[in-house]
Amino acid sequence: MDNYYDIIIIGGGVIGSAVARELARYQVKIAVLEKNLDVCYETSGRNSAVVHGGFAYDEGSLKARFCVEGNREMDAAAKELDFAFLRCGKVLVGNTDEDMEQLKKTMIQGEKNGSRGLRLVDEAELHRLVPAVVGKFAMFSPASGILDPFEFTVALAENACQNGVRYYFDHEVSAIERESGGYKITTRPEGPGETPAGGKGSEVFRCRWVVNAAGLNCGVISHMLGIKGYRVIGSKGDYLILDKKTGPLLPMPVYPVPSNTYMGIHVTNTTSGNVTVGPNAELVTDFAYYGVPRENMDYLAESASRLWPHIRKEDYIRNYSGILPKWVDENGKIQDFKIEIREELAPRAVNLVGMESPGLTSAIPIGRYVAGMIRERESFPENKAFNPVRKGIPHFQRADERERQALIAADPDFGELICRCEQVTKAEILRAIRNPLGVSTLSGIKVRTRAMMGRCQGGYCQMRIAKLLQEELGLRKTEILHNRTGSRLFFGDIREEAGHENT
Amino acid sequence: MKTLDVAIVGGGAAGLAAALTLWDRGVRDILIIEREHSLGGILRQCIHEGFGLIRFGENLSGPEYARRFIEEIEKRVIPYCCDTAVTDISPQKVLTLVSRREGLVKIQTKAVILTMGCRERTRGQLAIPGERPAGVFTAGVAQAYMNLYNTKLGNDVVILGSGDVGLIMARRLTLEGSRVKGVYEILPHPSGLPRNIAQCLDDYGIPLYLSHTVTEIVGDRRINGVKISAVDKDLQAISGTERFVSCDTLILSVGLIPENELSAGAGVILDEKTKGALVDGANQTNVPGIFAAGNARYVHDLVDNVSLDGEKTALAAAAWLKGTLSASLIPANPDSASSETPRFFPKPGARLIRCILCPNGCDLEVVAQGEQILSVTGNRCPKGVEYAESEIRHPMRTFASSVSVEGGELPLVSVRLSAPVPRDRIFDVMEEIKKIRLKAPVRIGDIACKNVLGLESDVVVTKTLK
Repeated sequence: MDNYYDIIIIGGGVIGSAVARELARYQVKIAVLEKNLDVCYETSGRNSAVVHGGFAYDEGSLKARFCVEGNREMDAAAKELDFAFLRCGKVLVGNTDEDMEQLKKTMIQGEKNGSRGLRLVDEAELHRLVPAVVGKFAMFSPASGILDPFEFTVALAENACQNGVRYYFDHEVSAIERESGGYKITTRPEGPGETPAGGKGSEVFRCRWVVNAAGLNCGVISHMLGIKGYRVIGSKGDYLILDKKTGPLLPMPVYPVPSNTYMGIHVTNTTSGNVTVGPNAELVTDFAYYGVPRENMDYLAESASRLWPHIRKEDYIRNYSGILPKWVDENGKIQDFKIEIREELAPRAVNLVGMESPGLTSAIPIGRYVAGMIRERESFPENKAFNPVRKGIPHFQRADERERQALIAADPDFGELICRCEQVTKAEILRAIRNPLGVSTLSGIKVRTRAMMGRCQGGYCQMRIAKLLQEELGLRKTEILHNRTGSRLFFGDIREEAGHENT
Repeated sequence: MKTLDVAIVGGGAAGLAAALTLWDRGVRDILIIEREHSLGGILRQCIHEGFGLIRFGENLSGPEYARRFIEEIEKRVIPYCCDTAVTDISPQKVLTLVSRREGLVKIQTKAVILTMGCRERTRGQLAIPGERPAGVFTAGVAQAYMNLYNTKLGNDVVILGSGDVGLIMARRLTLEGSRVKGVYEILPHPSGLPRNIAQCLDDYGIPLYLSHTVTEIVGDRRINGVKISAVDKDLQAISGTERFVSCDTLILSVGLIPENELSAGAGVILDEKTKGALVDGANQTNVPGIFAAGNARYVHDLVDNVSLDGEKTALAAAAWLKGTLSASLIPANPDSASSETPRFFPKPGARLIRCILCPNGCDLEVVAQGEQILSVTGNRCPKGVEYAESEIRHPMRTFASSVSVEGGELPLVSVRLSAPVPRDRIFDVMEEIKKIRLKAPVRIGDIACKNVLGLESDVVVTKTLK
């Protein structure tokens, strides 16, 4: 049977991809079913990109455990998988006695959880750490950091793929049925004019094991597996992105003192030198609406300016939003990560519910944990050919002059700058177009290279990239997509092109 | 390390003019550095007319205007390199160049003229609320897609902002069969030239809504509409005025900013107001020997003035090399504040017509009843009255477009009409232009279609294409 796999993972986000990579260490046939056209369109690519220290979670929780574990191994992972990670530290800034009490509590909790190096700092030291911040004291977490969430997710997925995992994009799961020896999973293409199960584009997969790593849709997939009753709410957060010239004013993320349920609006440096501001937290039921309203942008700027008064409208380059899937009890209280196998309802199905923050930090240990749960029940021989090392696209901008010279000498395409703002060369664009996962959207190029992410937002390079996509992949103009199904960029030609068929 | 007397960063209108002036003053150790494949800068994609009225007394298209300078550059064999990016300029005036051919090269220069031009303000910068679908383009990007990349952007178009590029694109899109549903301007007056309001919007019945803005972008894949609101005098949306306008394309023409990333790296102080390099009366920045000209200094309305600015800067740079220009800062350039051409708006009931018969470009205020002209004011010579009469009785227009080219390095070449045609025949002429097929190479000045539809006007190629 063509579409038979030992293990099918539903969802190709950071956790689904980490699970896939961990399972690829064994001799099993694995597929990932992803409804979007790339791996980080939803929660994995829409967040603060902070590698958390693990102090904000209840003692004994999975969140605390995996966060601390993931944090500790992030340097090694970044080296192995070649993604941008910076252990820059982070401060939680306070002003009042109440803030101090809360910070002390947080610190004790953090120490119990295993967060390393936490300490309280006075105003003078705070200003040595982050000169441009406003506050009387802070808790400093030296082990916290930031990473590039796109690179991280893409790296996990590519490494899984290189080790034999098959990714299916535009495959939204529409039904799961139990059958002898496993599951039958039906998919349909995502997008407008959705096909009913069994309609055009519908496909059937069979497998022995299922992993629900569906993120925002964890509740829906859980229900399809027969595990009912999980209440999953969306917490939508909006962000502003500031120009790189603000980067030097923020060497590490600056947070307010957290409440029990919400980290607060913070300012975060990014691995590429920008600053992000956000998020607010709004409960939503529409898990596909990513619009950012004006009043939220104003609120973010106003609120974060109390911590870091350098937010100027002229430095805005973009805004975005993300939604966290939060599993809540009947009283609305946010629960821990749920990672379970319910033998009585769905044997050989690992059900992951409420994979919200700190999911990015925790992804690799979660992947290992899920692989462990499966292996406890079924043993697989080790995959001796497994290679944990994945090399990313060399970034011209991050190279020093000697390295740049060497890059151009080896491949003249590195001498052709396509994206001026982020200094992305043709060589990088071409490598991104030929990515191992087979992603062909414009935003796929963007998240892999940073082209179009700069201050001109593609004003200079987008048309060049669109043309390269057309040439390399033999696409017609009307087939070039921005990010999702139906997000076509162009309507065709102005004049019929003589002798050009692929237009 | 290689050395150079003067590096000119950018081969657009300002850079080309600066290079010619330097050369003619005897400064020969110079180099124009251009990131694109050919010289000309943004003029390459500005296929419409309206350039050169002051400088040449002619109404030229962008490529033709650029060609006049490029020919002079080539005649003198002034050195230039294309496909080359400047990635850094140090305060010591060392330039880092990156190209396929040469790799990474460093050049120690004595003087630098910054002529990088400007870029467009984006949606993110304006913080326009809503979703982020495909189909939102800045006007200059839309222009490049249409005029250089032969790309149709959409059918139903909304334009936000009444900057000149947006107005030009309103006409261009309409001529190519898209429906422009309206131009929305947040200010109580248009920001583009009155002449462009007249010939790009009024001629085609495209409505201009002043004191209106886009308050939300709707669509999670391709844009399917925008919410529009009226704004009060503080530019805040007035509640209750919001309405939905469906569209598949949104074009933003909301301002230009001088391109100054390289300047900042060199330690050049920027002007908070113009966002361009802060310069003295000689266009010298705070870094001795680094000069700025054209749109990198501040955004000019007319390309003719950009060329002038390049020339003026070149004279200063030449003097600086000789040691006859003081390196100390003198007060900031007074003309940057008064750079805007005066805006002229007609009194109620009158029509504004900009006479294009001579470089004066007089704004005529014409009061007419039917075909009967009651009064013409604002003309500086009698020709203005004639022009007003023809405009009222049988308006004539020229316009620019593109024709298909087989086997060329680009699929399209820009064309314009050699003489005006009756305004009501524009779309008939467009149909003829769409049928034209040329074979590469084509040269500037080639006739693509003689005496189109017997209207005594030729379709003339305005760009050389190999």
